[in-house]
Amino acid sequence: MKRLVVMLVLLAGPVFAVQPDEVLPDGAMEARARGLSVGLRCLVCRNENIDDSDAPLARDLRLLVRERLVAGDSDAQVIDYIVARYGEFVLLRPGLAGPNLILWLAGPAMLLGGVGLAYANMRRRRPEAVPLSAEDQVRLEQILKS
Amino acid sequence: MIIELGHFALVLALAVALVQMVLPMWGAHRGNPGLMAVGDTAAGVQFLLLLTAFVALTVAFVTSDFSVSLVVANSHTAKPMIYKISGVWGNHEGSLLLWTMVLALFGACASWFGGNLPATLRARVLSVQASIGVAFLLFMLLTSNPFLRMEMPPMNGGDLNPLLQDPGLAFHPPFLYLGYVGLSMAFSFAVAALIEGKVDAAWARWVRPWTLAAWVFLTIGIAMGSWWAYYELGWGGFWFWDPVENASLMPWLFGAALLHSAIVVEKRESLKAWTVLLAIMAFGFSLIGMFIVRSGVITSVHAFANDPERGVFILLILAVFLGGALVLFALRAGALEAKGVFGLVSRESALVANNVLLAVSSLVVFIGTIWPLIAETLWGRVLSVGEPFFNAAFTPFFVALALIMPIGAMMPWKRADVGRTFRPLRAALILSVALGALVFAMQTGRSALGPVGVALGVWVVVGSATDLWMRTGRGAFAARFGRLGRLPRAEWGKAVSHAGMGVTVFAVAAMMAWVTEDIRVVKVGGSYALGPYQVTLVEVVDTVGPNYQTTMATMEVRRGERLVGTLFPEKRFYPVAQMPTTEAAIDFGVFRDLYLVIGDAQDGGGFAVRSYIKPFANWLWGGCLLMALGGFFSLSDRRYRIAAGARKIVAVPAE
Repeated sequence: MKRLVVMLVLLAGPVFAVQPDEVLPDGAMEARARGLSVGLRCLVCRNENIDDSDAPLARDLRLLVRERLVAGDSDAQVIDYIVARYGEFVLLRPGLAGPNLILWLAGPAMLLGGVGLAYANMRRRRPEAVPLSAEDQVRLEQILKS
Repeated sequence: MIIELGHFALVLALAVALVQMVLPMWGAHRGNPGLMAVGDTAAGVQFLLLLTAFVALTVAFVTSDFSVSLVVANSHTAKPMIYKISGVWGNHEGSLLLWTMVLALFGACASWFGGNLPATLRARVLSVQASIGVAFLLFMLLTSNPFLRMEMPPMNGGDLNPLLQDPGLAFHPPFLYLGYVGLSMAFSFAVAALIEGKVDAAWARWVRPWTLAAWVFLTIGIAMGSWWAYYELGWGGFWFWDPVENASLMPWLFGAALLHSAIVVEKRESLKAWTVLLAIMAFGFSLIGMFIVRSGVITSVHAFANDPERGVFILLILAVFLGGALVLFALRAGALEAKGVFGLVSRESALVANNVLLAVSSLVVFIGTIWPLIAETLWGRVLSVGEPFFNAAFTPFFVALALIMPIGAMMPWKRADVGRTFRPLRAALILSVALGALVFAMQTGRSALGPVGVALGVWVVVGSATDLWMRTGRGAFAARFGRLGRLPRAEWGKAVSHAGMGVTVFAVAAMMAWVTEDIRVVKVGGSYALGPYQVTLVEVVDTVGPNYQTTMATMEVRRGERLVGTLFPEKRFYPVAQMPTTEAAIDFGVFRDLYLVIGDAQDGGGFAVRSYIKPFANWLWGGCLLMALGGFFSLSDRRYRIAAGARKIVAVPAE
């Protein structure tokens, strides 16, 4: 039974993300590594960051991030280093440049547009005194007289 | 035999839906009551036929009929009964059948409970509802038939994805579908109203409860899915901004906007065209969500029946219904004349602000979700849009919503004065700022998210309570307190839902800001400190479950001398599907969850162990439940019950 389980475990691969042996002894640096990991995508997974992923590649990336941090890179340098090797796809937070500006500015732009439209509509619908038509006037007098 | 019966019922349902689509619409156009009445009969029959098909498929799953290819692909004899049943909708074809059945159920409900609707409107609503049914029945029969047989039935099946073998699957999808499909009612009413060229308070009074019911189901469905992910996936995340999750969030946001704008139509006969547009968009996004989930054009962790051919079909359905409705809207919206006018500062304008924020936040989610597709198509750039983007781009809208919510909720209709509305809320503001500052002072050096979440949560919850209290009028405390119970249920609904949103906002911030995490190797018998707790790994044993092997740890959690709980985290392996899963063990608490995960055995002995203290985790889903509960209160409001009773009196159609 035990051998079976060992075999199964080997088949199954690691079942969870950050492993104890990856954690850096320096707490502050580990926190930085975690902060960076959340923004990096596990390339072979579907939409998971490397911190949450069980894939071996994610582990490699986690180790790479920590290696660069230990080597003294700044956060931005680490990200640049990884993007240079794995491409833009690795970033879960698209950069604020080029066409991505559309993505980032879409929210504020739509908000401004929406508010503007709503305001214009409300102005237009300001209550205005519409004079009674001749017909209505006659009817009104009838009602008032009766 | 039963399978053929189900298959036959499905084909027959298509025929009935075709009749229901054509005849009542024609009848309404010609003013022919006989033709219009066909819709009522057809709606009931269509539902019964689909129910028959669904029951037939369920029987196939329960009896493990491996001559049906769907059962082979998704079931196994060793699977516990509850997962055999929930396996019916744990796959593309079966879930589509459930979807279509719920659609027919809503249509039938419009017929059964729609006695007080004008006959032409009801006929047109049933016809539009049936046209959606026709599209999905065709989709099912042409590309995703659940009743296909195997030529050579195998001895056993391929089992259900182990992650789906969870009680969550039994309840999460049915609630979601009740929500998604429920929005089809709002859509049908909107299209019917555009055809009629008339939207009035009575229309809104009809649309609102349906939307509200759908939204309540959707809220529960999303909350359950989030909770399921929290305990099942093994790292305690509750929302991943995954495309499939976004697919459920978008209609939820539009549904919430629709709920609020329908109030304006109902009470003030204003914002008519906008409300109709929201109704179209809410269901439109429900269809867009279906496309995202089932077409496979966008990668998601919820891989689920990805097939380009099906994607094209759904895209076609989407184009016909969303596109058609929008064209109709463009042509006919001018006929929907607004009656009520309102000032720039008023309850109406506050609800407009709510609508703008909800709609834009939903569109932000939409753009973020499809951006990888756009960027690749237009610029050939392969990129990802994930959690960090959504957290940054979406959150401000909800912060703004939470900020204006208590003030908007208390504003009078037509014309308001911000200063006067705000006066009773001063206490709420002072309390929220004070508590936020206190938390900020206590947690030096940690993220600002915590204090901001506390302040916002307190502001919204206390603001909702203030709103309710102000409705009790003037007089002595006791008299006002007594009047609380006699307030209209809609008032309670509003306050409870709003408070629920406050609780959720707070809990999300708390969970993101104050989580404690610990990762280490622990030897059997060893112990370690986790916050104020002492955790001991007592033993690790290998056993077997009904259809899996498991490595189960026994872990004791103590606080000082007191035993807080004994937890049994597991690592399972499902041999049929060849898939491992992690079963976290959670000690649920009012103020925190203890979340323990056992990992692999290490080379040097011992096991990898991950432990978390998740603060206020239960508050998140509690807040969602409060939102749903508020919806139920509002649904049971007198004005809807009276309207329901009134149908006996208004027997003669209005036109």
